[in-house]
Formats: sequence, C-alpha cells, structure tokens
Amino acid sequence: MSLDGSWYLCLAAAVFTIGAVGLLVRRNVLVMFMCVELMLNAVNLTLVTFARMLDDIGGQALVFFVLVVAAAEVVVGLGIIVAIFRRRAGATADDLHLLRG
Amino acid sequence: MADLAYLIPALPLAGFLALVVLGRRAGDPGAGWLATTAIGLAFLATLATFFELLGQDSHHREVTKPLFTWIAAGGFEVKAALLVDQLSITMALFVTGVGTLIHLYSVGYMKGDEHFPRFFVYLNLFAFSMLVLVLSDSFLFTFLGWEGVGACSYLLISFWFERDTAATAGKKAFVVNRVGDFGFMIAMFLLFSTVGTLTYNEVFEGLEGVSHAAIVAIALLLFVGACGKSAQLPLFVWLPDAMEGPSPVSALIHAATMVTAGVYLMARVSPLLAEAGGALTVIAVVGAVTALVAAVIACAQNDIKRVLAYSTISQLGYMFLAVGSGAYIAAVFHMVTHAFFKALLFLGAGSVMHGMNDELDMKRMGALRRWMPITGATFIVGWLAIAGVPPFSGFWSKDDVLLAAYDKSPVLWAVGLFTALLTAYYMGRQVFLVFFGDERWRREEQEGVHGNEPSRGRPEERSEAEPPAEGSHSEPHESPRLMTVPMIVLAALAALGGLLNLPFGKLKFLEHWLEPVFEEAEHKLAPGVEDLRLVLALVAIAAGAGGIALAYAIFMRAKRLNAFEPAVLQRGSGGFDDLYSFLVERPGRVIANFTAFVFDARIVDGLVNGAASVVRMGGSQLRKVQTGYVRNYALGVTFGAALLLGYALLRMGV
Repeated sequence: MSLDGSWYLCLAAAVFTIGAVGLLVRRNVLVMFMCVELMLNAVNLTLVTFARMLDDIGGQALVFFVLVVAAAEVVVGLGIIVAIFRRRAGATADDLHLLRG
Repeated sequence: MADLAYLIPALPLAGFLALVVLGRRAGDPGAGWLATTAIGLAFLATLATFFELLGQDSHHREVTKPLFTWIAAGGFEVKAALLVDQLSITMALFVTGVGTLIHLYSVGYMKGDEHFPRFFVYLNLFAFSMLVLVLSDSFLFTFLGWEGVGACSYLLISFWFERDTAATAGKKAFVVNRVGDFGFMIAMFLLFSTVGTLTYNEVFEGLEGVSHAAIVAIALLLFVGACGKSAQLPLFVWLPDAMEGPSPVSALIHAATMVTAGVYLMARVSPLLAEAGGALTVIAVVGAVTALVAAVIACAQNDIKRVLAYSTISQLGYMFLAVGSGAYIAAVFHMVTHAFFKALLFLGAGSVMHGMNDELDMKRMGALRRWMPITGATFIVGWLAIAGVPPFSGFWSKDDVLLAAYDKSPVLWAVGLFTALLTAYYMGRQVFLVFFGDERWRREEQEGVHGNEPSRGRPEERSEAEPPAEGSHSEPHESPRLMTVPMIVLAALAALGGLLNLPFGKLKFLEHWLEPVFEEAEHKLAPGVEDLRLVLALVAIAAGAGGIALAYAIFMRAKRLNAFEPAVLQRGSGGFDDLYSFLVERPGRVIANFTAFVFDARIVDGLVNGAASVVRMGGSQLRKVQTGYVRNYALGVTFGAALLLGYALLRMGV
C-alpha cells in the first residue's frame, strides 16, 4: 500500500509553516537556525514527493545538492553562533542589531 | 637672383639657436658679440641683396624665393616664401642696420647684467621674427613673424621680471596686442573665404570679384591689427608702459622696428587699400588724432623715456596719416628717418640713465651736456631731426607727410602741423631739462630735496646689475665707447637721412626706388599742391621754431619746471588707463561678480547641491528600513514570498 502524494505535500507544507513561523516569532538564534533547517527539509520532502509523483529522478538528485549546501551552511552558521556565544552571555537575535542603518 | 635673401632671416635664427645652446658659456660679453655678429652679417646680406636688386631693371626687382610648403590641408595651401622687393628690402635694411647698432650698444649697456646672455637670445629671436614679418610673401607667414615679435616684445619688456611693474607692463603689452591680432586674424579669415588665398600677390590679383564692402571690412580689420602693433588710438596704452624694458629694447622694438610693423603692413597691402576707399579716411583720421593726443600727453611727462614713448606713438600717427592720405612713400620715408632719430634718442636716454645711476625723472637732471658731451651732442641732433628743423632728416619726411595730408584735407594738415609744434615743444622741453639749465641733481644731493614731482619711474632700475656708486647722485659720467659709437653713427644717419628723398627733381631716390611697388596705390597729388610745398614747408618750419622757442622761453629763460602739465595727463597712459578701466574693467568686474557670486553660487551650485540633498534625504529615510533585527528582514522575505506566490497564482488563473 502506498499513501497518496498529496499527504506528503501537506506534511511538507505544515513543516515549512512551522519553520517559517518559528523563524519569525522566536528570538533565540539557535532555535531560529533550526527553523531554517525545518524549512529546508520541508522543501526537500516536496522535491522527493514530486519526483515520485512525476516519475522524474531529477527531483531526487536535486535533494542531494540541497543537503550538501545545507550541511555547508550549517557549518558556517554554527561557527558564527559559537563565535557569538563566546563573546556574549546569550544569543538573543534582537540584541544583535549592530548592522542597523 | 637674390639668393642671399635666404641668409637674411637665417643668420639671426642661427644666432638665436647658437645662443640658446652656447649663450651661458659665451657669457658676458661673448654672447653679445655673437648676437651682434649674427645680425651684422644679416645686414651685409641685406646690403648685398639690395645692390643686386639695384642692378636690375626697375620692374624686375620683385622676386619670390620659396622656402617650403607650410600648411597643406585640402584646398588650402600655404607656402612659406620670401618676397624680396623694394619695400621689403628697404624695411629689412633698416631693421638689420639699426638692429646691428643697437646690438652693439647693448653689449655696453647690459654689461654686468645677471642675465646678459638671455637678453641677446631674445634680441636675436626678435630680429629673426621681424625679418620673417618683413620678408614674408603671405599674410599667414607675416602673421607668424607678427606674433613672434609680439612674444619677444613681451619677453623683453618684462626682462627684469623681478620688478612687478616690468612684469605687469609685459602682460599689458601682450593683452592689448591680442586685441589687434584678433582683427588681423579675422581679416585673414575673410580674405580666405572671399579670395581663397593668403599670398600677397595672389590676393591683389584676385580682388576684382570681391565686393566693395568685403574689401573695406578686410582693410579696416587689418588696420585694427596695425593699431595694436603700432600703438594707435585706442590701442596705444601698452607702449608707454613698455618703457619698463631695458633702453636698447625701447630703441629697437618700441621705436625703430616692431612698432612700425603696422605701417609696413598697411604699405604692403596698398593695392587692397587703394580699392577700399573710405577705409583710407578712417586710417588718416585715426593717425592724425593719435599724433595729436600722444603729443599732448608727451608734454606732461617727466619720465625721460615716457616722453619718447609718447613721441613714438605720435610719430607713428604721422605715418598712418600718410598711409591714409595715400602717400605710402612718405610713410615709408618717415618710418626710415624715424627709425634713425628715435633709436638715437632712446639710446641717448639709455646713456643718460647709465650715467645718472638710472635716474628717470627729467626734473632731477640738468646741464648734462657738460658731463656727457657725446650723448648731449648726439641727442641734440636727434632732437633737431624730430623737431623738423632743416636740414635734418625729420624735416624732409615730415614735410612729405604734411604735404600729402594737405592734399587729403586741410584739416588733417592743420592737426599735423599743430602736432609738429607740440613735438618741437616737448622735445625742446626734454632737451632743456636734461642737458641745459641748472645741475638740479647736485642741488638735490646737497639739500636732500626731492623734485616737485615724485618719480613715477623705476627707482631701482638695474640696481641689481650695477651696484650703486658711493652717493645716490655721484657725478654723471659719459658712457663707454661701445655705447657712444652707435649713437654717433645714428646721429649721422639722423642728420643726413633726408638725403634719401630730397624733394628736388632727380634726388627723390626713395621715391624712384619704391615707385614700382606703389604705382597703383600711390595717390597722385592734386595739381597745384606740389607748388604749395615751399609755402607749407615754411609754415612747418615756423611751427617747429615756435615750439622750440616756447620751450626755450619757459625752461631756459623763465627757468620754470612746470608748464602745461595737468595731473590727468600724468596718470597712466594720459588718463586713458582710467578710461579703459571705467569702460572695460568695471563692466567686466560686474559681470564676473554676477557670474561668480550669483550665477555660479546660486544656480550652478544650487543644481549640484539640490541633487545631492535629494539623495541625502532619500537615504536618511531609507536607512530606517535597515533595523538590524533579523526578524524584520525575515518578515520582509516572507511577505515578498507571499506576494510572489499571490502573483503566480493570479497569473495561473486559479
């Protein structure tokens, strides 16, 4: 038995929304970072689903690229976050507004 | 034929180049001798060419010697060539002849000057430019020499550039001459657009098809150029200030040669002027008025050289009067005699300054003939020549000019006659103040009293070159032989120059010589006027004698120091500087102020500043968007994505 593709898409949409809302409402940098990851993986799920539905391997191949880029991005992002933690007590995003105009 | 003509300008050019390279090493007086040799050889070459022409038939004395193609652009071609004819050789003869004497004098006069070689570099360059001007066969090539002599004039007026007045005088000469050159250039443009060539002979042949108005315009514009170079009203103001230059420069450039270039140009284009009708009257009137005005101003000058400067302007006015009356031969005759006696007078003035520790104020001189016998005697010869005393040269040439003026209009003749009286008066005044009367320089020395007029001159002229002697007024002394010999030669020429063109039958050598050049243009005297010559000459003699007698009565008998010297005439250029300031400088200043402080500050800067402030205000509003809060950016991204999504959905029509 197999589930209809639209279930997967609904799940991906839900995960993406959780990520997006989390990014907007949370103040902790680490949590915001995880929300970004949620969004990324929601998109990945969509890609895989469509690849199965349309019988096109290209969608799955693209997922690998997304994963690799996401991994690299995690390295850079976590590096920055660790650096921030070493300089100040917490990691509240609103405290980090040095680049305001 | 006339192959030596190439050498005439080439020798001073060679001298100039040699001096540029070797001048510093040749030093004092080597550089001076080098320069004198160069121009002396040029004189010999001119003399040889002259005799060669003399050996020809009188109508085959015109030769064009090609040099090279100077400009070739489409249909426009200018060949640089020398035009050797009676007129140019006459001019070249006295340019090189008088030039040689003045070079010789300069070797003595400039002795000890820090920049001795530089002086002779300029002097030779001047001689070269002047000879190009004279010998050229086209307007454009003449213009090259014309600008060359202008540049040399500038360089030599401000030769002692450490002095502010000299530097300023040089600039003034340059700027005023630009006004005239402007006329010359427009005349050339007009000539090229109407006739299609700039070569003298081709222009004169091509005049038939040209409208009368164009010819008059060209003639008048050329006259504007001549006015600038020859210091005629209204462009004469630079010449008195040009006296800031060393005295030999005043003698060579600002009396004998360069300032006569305007007259020469007029004589050169005589066939054109002959077609120009009304233009001649303008020239005659300007000449006569200039002669009168300059003579009046000269009466009020105290500076020994400025008197001579105004006198030069006045005499140049005579020459233009002659040109305007169609008497080109008389103009050239007066030009030649004037070159002799005015160069002599300037050299004499230089010699006086030399002997008096550079005193310029005539009222602090006096009785110098006892201390400077040779200078005194030669100066007096020059004085008698310029005052029109027979049989000295000035009498004969001035007589010719006045006769022609009488034929043109008795009014012009009367103006010329009155000017002759003034000439005799102011020159008499100068001679009596400088060479006769009391030894006023001695009285001052003892009492420490200064003259009633403060010297407007250059108190420290050549003070660097010549360490002042013990007292400020030591005994005057005669100049060295190097300076007196040229003066004696010039005195002989000034005395005997009239022999060139005596108005008796076959003795009119100059007239016979120049006749082929001017045969179409020369105005024939109306019948009966020639018979008046004797009467007019007697009247002129009476005027000259009257002027001298007046000066004698005032300065010798009454022993007065001031007469007819209104303060306005002693201001810059006899008050003309003030007038020009009022007419030109003041409106110029108003316009410049408007442009600088209103147009530039408000409108130009306003536009620039306005654009900048729009950008600045926009930027300061936009920077509020960049809060630095990540959530705001994220919100922006979300809304943007939502918008894009909405747009996509709309397009798909879902």
